[in-house]
Amino acid sequence: MSAHAIDRGDLNAAPAGRDKRPGLARLTKVELRKMVDTRSGFWLQLAVLGLTVLAVVITVLAGHSEDKTFRHVFSNALQPAGILLPVVGILLVSSEWSQRTALISFALVPERPRLIVAKVLAGIVLALAATVVALVVAALGTALASTSAPHAWSLPLGLLAQDIIYVATAMVIGIGFGAALQASAPAIVLYFALPVALAALGSIHALKGVIEWVSTAEALEPLTTTVMSGSEWVKALVALALWMGVPLVIGLWRLTRRDVG
Amino acid sequence: MIEAEKLTKKFGGRAVVEDVTFRCEPGTVTGFLGPNGAGKSTTMRMICGFATPDTGRAEVCGGSYRALPNPGRRVGVLLDASAQHGGRRGREALAITAQTMGVEEERVDDLLGRVGLDRAAARKRVRQYSLGMRQRLGIANALIGDPEVLILDEPANGLDPEGMRWMRGLLRDFAERGGTVLLSSHLLHEVDAIADRLVIIGAGKIVAEGSKDELLSDAGTLVRADDGDALGRVLAGAGLEAREAEGGGFLVDAEPRAVGAAAQGGGVALVHLAPAGDAGLEQLFFDLTTDNGKEAE
Ligand SMILES: Nc1ncnc2c1ncn2[C@@H]1O[C@H](COP(=O)(O)OP(=O)(O)O)[C@@H](O)[C@H]1O
Ligand SMILES: [Mg+2]
Repeated sequence: MSAHAIDRGDLNAAPAGRDKRPGLARLTKVELRKMVDTRSGFWLQLAVLGLTVLAVVITVLAGHSEDKTFRHVFSNALQPAGILLPVVGILLVSSEWSQRTALISFALVPERPRLIVAKVLAGIVLALAATVVALVVAALGTALASTSAPHAWSLPLGLLAQDIIYVATAMVIGIGFGAALQASAPAIVLYFALPVALAALGSIHALKGVIEWVSTAEALEPLTTTVMSGSEWVKALVALALWMGVPLVIGLWRLTRRDVG
Repeated sequence: MIEAEKLTKKFGGRAVVEDVTFRCEPGTVTGFLGPNGAGKSTTMRMICGFATPDTGRAEVCGGSYRALPNPGRRVGVLLDASAQHGGRRGREALAITAQTMGVEEERVDDLLGRVGLDRAAARKRVRQYSLGMRQRLGIANALIGDPEVLILDEPANGLDPEGMRWMRGLLRDFAERGGTVLLSSHLLHEVDAIADRLVIIGAGKIVAEGSKDELLSDAGTLVRADDGDALGRVLAGAGLEAREAEGGGFLVDAEPRAVGAAAQGGGVALVHLAPAGDAGLEQLFFDLTTDNGKEAE
């Protein structure tokens, strides 16, 4: 095919829409696409799906009959997404450096923070999708278990909202770690090791007062188990603000202050 | 249109790009030539807003790159052909770029054809690509937005001779339609074959700039005699600046007329006297590679 069939004859005759800034909705769609179109992203998400099904099957087959309520099955179904999906978020950001695609991404979107915002939005969309999948799989599992437990199908709306917050914030924290560290392996290791380390520090008596505010293991534990009380909410929100905010701020700072490439 | 004005970039106190000023006009292909480590990539990164210059400024299409609302539709950039996600398929990599800048995805298939990546290649993961294939993918990526400016860092690296000829045709055609091209290379013969203007950089500084003809006419005179030592003494005696040339003789920073006269005055019989031309350009480049290039490492 000749070049002229593809391109305008005169390059300086501006076509419409050429100087239109890509909108956030479009950038978010692109980031969602980047999450699934790499080999690692694809297999990670398939693994999450597989583990979700597995968690439901195990709960339904091996659980006590009073555990076979929708609420309990769903809570278990959501764990693989809550634990593994953030790795997709980490890789979405860190791979821009480890695979050096930042050289393309930032050439197309020079306002670098906008790209991070799009990644965060894409992460939240993926978290919502994962929650829907977990709901569906859990519902199927509960139906198949045909349990006689009382309130088998009840799921407090507040708890559902908390579950969504749990998966979505985990995703945002992952993206923050990727942005702050700009390297896949350290970001993944720290993402998993730091909460464990903090929780361990909590056993030191003098630190206990601080740790219960900043440790995700403690402050976020009620998020997926009970409809939280006011004081539990305060602790959870403080911990979440810290875990999402600090890495994201470091990431944005590095991104805007430093050269890329 | 690309304009670099007094660009300076320091790393750890050392200026790797210093006071670099040049201009690329629409309708031209400018070759940015310099040995490894001369500062070509750093300069191009400053032009594209990836590195912040310590002093000076760069403009593309009349403004700073990072102020362009949708840069991909105006400037096609290839800064590093290996900067692609290895786990992504070739076609998908282009589709992402198209979607980001708001170009219909059908254009991706046209471009794959145009850069010579067939269906099988487009379906492969980029990890499996050879360097030449990555360069073709990178050039397609730069062309998706149908830009008016192309900035390509070492695009001929890894291309076979057929690929070089193809790229020459592509960039020539692009320039003929009013486009502006800046491409870098560390090999004289590459830019020589593709560019019509040269900007030569050594150790961070521009050492020569102009059309190839201009540079060749400035390249001095190549002179040889059977008695090389005598010729050397005569040239020095006449106050002419001369250096030993590759393959014998001297490169003299003067017109052939003046060199001939000096030789006659000193009674030395010449076997060769002519404008240095390509040999001069090669010598200039060779000097850069051996002296400044080493310094820059
Ligand atoms: N981020 C960096 N930090 C320190 N030195 C750098 C950095 N980037 C490039 N350099 C140095 O700057 C010099 C010019 O590099 P570069 O622009 O890549 O040269 P070229 O592209 O002409 O080969 C080299 O000596 C290189 O080591
Ligand atoms: Mg380089």
